[in-house]
Amino acid sequence: MTQQINDIAEQKRIAGNEQQEPVITIRGLKKSFKDHNVLQSVALEVHKGENLVILGKSGSGKSVLIKCLVGLEWPDEGEISVLGQDISTLRYDELNALRVRVGFLFQNAALYDSMTVRENLSFPLRMHKKTMTQEKKDAVIMEMLDNVGLVDAIDQMPSRLSGGQSKRIGLARTLILRPEIMLYDEPTTGLDTGTSREISELMVRTKKKYNISSITITHDMPCAKLTADRIIMMKEGVVVAEGSYEELEKSEDEWIRSFFH
Amino acid sequence: MPPGLNPYQKAKVHVTQKRSQLQRFFHGAGDLVSFAGRYFREVVRPPYEWREIFYQCYLVGYKSIFLIGLTAFIMGVVLTIQTRPSMADFGAISLIPGMISVSVVREIGPVITALICCGKIGSRMGAELGSMKVTEQIDAMEVSAINPFRYLVVTRTLATTLMIPLLAIFADAIALYGGFVAMNIHDTTSLRHFFVAALGHLGFIDVVPSIIKTFFFGFVIGLIGCYKGWHARRGTESVGVAANSAVVASSLAVFIIDMLAAQITDLLL
Ligand SMILES: Nc1ncnc2c1ncn2[C@@H]1O[C@H](COP(=O)(O)OP(=O)(O)O)[C@@H](O)[C@H]1O
Ligand SMILES: [Mg+2]
Repeated sequence: MTQQINDIAEQKRIAGNEQQEPVITIRGLKKSFKDHNVLQSVALEVHKGENLVILGKSGSGKSVLIKCLVGLEWPDEGEISVLGQDISTLRYDELNALRVRVGFLFQNAALYDSMTVRENLSFPLRMHKKTMTQEKKDAVIMEMLDNVGLVDAIDQMPSRLSGGQSKRIGLARTLILRPEIMLYDEPTTGLDTGTSREISELMVRTKKKYNISSITITHDMPCAKLTADRIIMMKEGVVVAEGSYEELEKSEDEWIRSFFH
Repeated sequence: MPPGLNPYQKAKVHVTQKRSQLQRFFHGAGDLVSFAGRYFREVVRPPYEWREIFYQCYLVGYKSIFLIGLTAFIMGVVLTIQTRPSMADFGAISLIPGMISVSVVREIGPVITALICCGKIGSRMGAELGSMKVTEQIDAMEVSAINPFRYLVVTRTLATTLMIPLLAIFADAIALYGGFVAMNIHDTTSLRHFFVAALGHLGFIDVVPSIIKTFFFGFVIGLIGCYKGWHARRGTESVGVAANSAVVASSLAVFIIDMLAAQITDLLL
């Protein structure tokens, strides 16, 4: 009995800690390609349940930064901790266990173009949920397609989808493994205003529904306004400003304001 | 080349360019060896993606079997027609089936099969993996914790390694049938008689080394096709480059392996 109470106390303590401790911490991150210094000492934190928006001109190293979080790129220097794990110390199987908990939406959705929408969604399930029954898998696929409002597209090939539809299917495919963290790489770039807005709203909805913490890279100010809890701004590989949308909008700095107007 | 150089300077520029090409070649070869090393490390470790392996085997067979059959048939016919006059001069018409079967089984069947597969399978794999690389599908697999090397490269290379020997045997049979058809233009032999004469002439040294070498052909075709796609650069034009250089490099590799196989067989004789 005492043991049980202790266990519960322990669990609460862990849960409480998680709330305070950031889900992502980056310190002193440096990365260069040959003699091109892309990231020069980047530091940031993402807290539980928060969406951090990263603003910056194209080529400022935003994609490289979030690729470092999932081991698609390896930093030259610095510490990265994701969900309490230092990713530079992980073995390949440990890294993969972490990757299941982190979703990544690519700039062009990166749907597998030899597979139908259904196969795109069932592929991660087939590889990771070996014990799940087929009925359960089908149900999860339908739930995810329903989330993004594209149940009808289930038997389409990706080449037949529009840009906005691909993004939504990409999101459904990523969410199917129930990630705790989402990384969005320019989720609305290349879409018209209406579709951009739909995607942004979808991001807000999924964040609430599944209690997801996230980083969003974007140039799209309406998207930033709608989704951001906090914004950081990157210029030539360093973080130059941080604050809420309203704070940054009122900034004195010419360069910062240029994003908002 | 900059204008206004004297011939000596021109030659020097030329040599430097050639040298850097040579360096690139060896650099590429080194990369390919480490790619192969990774393949062997991964291929010995179960579990295997059986579903994908079977599907790739099916594609390798299905995509090339018609072309291989047609080419092999024509080679059999041509070989017989061209051999016949000189054999007739010696009054050795009856030796034609044996001669044909030796050249088909030892050389023509395997090499024709391999070259057609370089063109059809190698280029397809180069383009497929190249476009998956360029559109970040390979990265998408990686971040969803699916090992893309195992899922894409290991399955495809296994499929070509297993299927090309079978296709080569098929090509041998069709080429011999072509030989039989051509024999019947001037002479009359029964199919049974022709095949008994043809196969009776084949020894261990004709058959076994040739089958072994087709496994190597299959291996390099799959591995090089995947390697070229896997290392495609960013940008859509690199997909075409990957497909094209997969064909060139794997055809070259096929000839090199063929030459080595001939040398080794010769030593063992
Ligand atoms: N794999 C790579 N090899 C060489 N250079 C790269 C690579 N990935 C990114 N870069 C360079 O890093 C810089 C930042 O790229 P990226 O992070 O994609 O910018 P963005 O902020 O637009 O997402 C660019 O100049 C790009 O050319
Ligand atoms: Mg980018």
